[in-house]
Amino acid sequence: MKKYVLKRLLMAVVTLLVVLLLLFTLMEIMPGSPFNNPELTPEQRAKIEARYGLDQPFFNRYINYIVNMVQGDFGVSYNIQQNMPIADLLVKRFPVTIRIGLQAIVIGVLMGLVMGILAGFNHNKLMDSIMSALAIIGVSMPAFAFALLLAYFVGFKWQMLPFLYSAKSPFLSSILPSLTLAMSPMASVARYTRSEIIDVMNQNYITLAKTKGVSKPALTIRHVLRNVLTGVITVIAPSVVNVLTGSLVVEKAFSVPGIGGLLITAIQENDYNVTFTLAFIYCALYILVMLTVDILYGLIDPRIRVTKGE
Amino acid sequence: MKDMQNVQHLTEEERRLVGYNADEFVDENFSGHSYVKEIILTLFANKATAISLICLLVIVLFAIFAPMLSPYTYKEINSKTTNMPMRIPVLEDLGIFDGTRKGVDMYAKKGIEDQYHYFGTDNLGRDIWTRVWVGTRISLLIAVLAVVLDVVIGVTYGMVAGFFGGKIDMIMQRLIEILTGIPNLIIMMLLLLAMEPGIPTICLALAITGWVNMSRIVRAQVLKLKSNEYVLASRTLGASPKRILLKHLLPNTMGQIIITFMFSVPHAIFFEAFLAFIGLGVPIPMASLGTLINDGYRSAMLYPYQVLCPAAVLSVLMLSFNLLGDGLRDAIDPQMRSM
Repeated sequence: MKKYVLKRLLMAVVTLLVVLLLLFTLMEIMPGSPFNNPELTPEQRAKIEARYGLDQPFFNRYINYIVNMVQGDFGVSYNIQQNMPIADLLVKRFPVTIRIGLQAIVIGVLMGLVMGILAGFNHNKLMDSIMSALAIIGVSMPAFAFALLLAYFVGFKWQMLPFLYSAKSPFLSSILPSLTLAMSPMASVARYTRSEIIDVMNQNYITLAKTKGVSKPALTIRHVLRNVLTGVITVIAPSVVNVLTGSLVVEKAFSVPGIGGLLITAIQENDYNVTFTLAFIYCALYILVMLTVDILYGLIDPRIRVTKGE
Repeated sequence: MKDMQNVQHLTEEERRLVGYNADEFVDENFSGHSYVKEIILTLFANKATAISLICLLVIVLFAIFAPMLSPYTYKEINSKTTNMPMRIPVLEDLGIFDGTRKGVDMYAKKGIEDQYHYFGTDNLGRDIWTRVWVGTRISLLIAVLAVVLDVVIGVTYGMVAGFFGGKIDMIMQRLIEILTGIPNLIIMMLLLLAMEPGIPTICLALAITGWVNMSRIVRAQVLKLKSNEYVLASRTLGASPKRILLKHLLPNTMGQIIITFMFSVPHAIFFEAFLAFIGLGVPIPMASLGTLINDGYRSAMLYPYQVLCPAAVLSVLMLSFNLLGDGLRDAIDPQMRSM
């Protein structure tokens, strides 16, 4: 197990370095420099570039960037807020994104589990059809369409919840964004749980347990759900990723001051430094989630550990 | 003894074996369905799949013909008729979609009672009905092109990795691991930032991340199939790897490829809309469903129909593709049936 974790960690570090290199190369071939104000003379531009260290050779800057990043210095923003260190730009936004993301995952996984269990144990009945229909709509409907419906009806027409995020009431105004983001984990957890339950119910050991006269609650909890739930972790991983990417859209839709919204602004304003830092943070988060889930899964299910660890 | 004599006295006609003619072997009860016919029958036996297929067909037909039949073009700007509400013939007699806003007949007010904007117009006076179907065209085009690219890259990569195995496979898998270590959206975004915006760029950005899934599925399938006896037999007879891959393994992987194709298309449509929504869509005045939703979003609270119409088409499109994919999976691969 130790060896497996070490190997995965090493892989993660390599991936991150490759990502950085990729980002750097892209920054090189990007059209124009961040300082394309037409009023600047070439000398002035060269001066500014020298101040930001942009005149150094490629690999020097790459190494410098990594060294600075490890020390928590991501450079400064060029356009969004001139010369503001990116770390300061992020400090307030990061918790907002994390909060909404976590809320979404908790809501989504819980709702998905309930839906999946209801559908799975009522296989081929009305409840199954309703839940499956809801789940496939959840998979198919893009986050922004759902965001729009929620914002329009719940937020605008019926005035039940605020549809724009405000820092004054972070809980109330984060309900709609979280619900929107929860759709994707909910749907995939529900679909997975349902098919797993149906699958497990047909296994021999369930028949055996039934013949031995195990009571229904005990059968459900100890024999069925126990086997189903370990697998759910595998679906949660891609869902977390969906929540990460979904946060881009949802933050824009509900004007949430998070890092997703900032990334979009940075793209539109050509603020490369911010774009790349955020892209890197997204990658790092993603790798972290994947790593955690894989290790967790290995802890829970030894069969995986054996096959994957070799 | 007497029987024996009888046998010897049988005529040629009587001595004929049962089943002498090939057609006597035809099983009438389970009579001939070809593989393809079987799949089609199973597909249509599933109600959800049949409905989704019809929806898809309707959407495609509209995407092809609606812009041709419409009196408006997708880029024609008319400053007189901005933000017109929806007006649909027949339905307007029922009191819905009759072109009124808050009781005022907007069409009469502007003096264009003879015009029908089925989905209304946007803030530049462009007909949304036409734009939605032109947008559907472009969204579908991008998705299908991107997924075809996916298939070409993914199938080749997966087959080579799976078939040759060993070191080649290991290196190829490590490459994929690194690529999957980066979220799709980030790769697409950065690519779109670095290159000229347009349909080919978007297709490329979608394909660059999309093929990984396809290659994984194909690789797994090839790994499973290549130890089969018929592959061994073919190899013993001196078939080249190319022949084994193309003649034996590819046809047997086809089912999986088609299923993955079906699931990749809505995925691509979704990502295209996603990119458009964050401002990296097809350049104006062209429209895709994503850019239409993005445009409509700004005035969503005042004129909800401007965003609801494209969003509805997008949702139905994705739902149909997903349901069709589910149905196809059940039909092609009974083992993977989702019960």
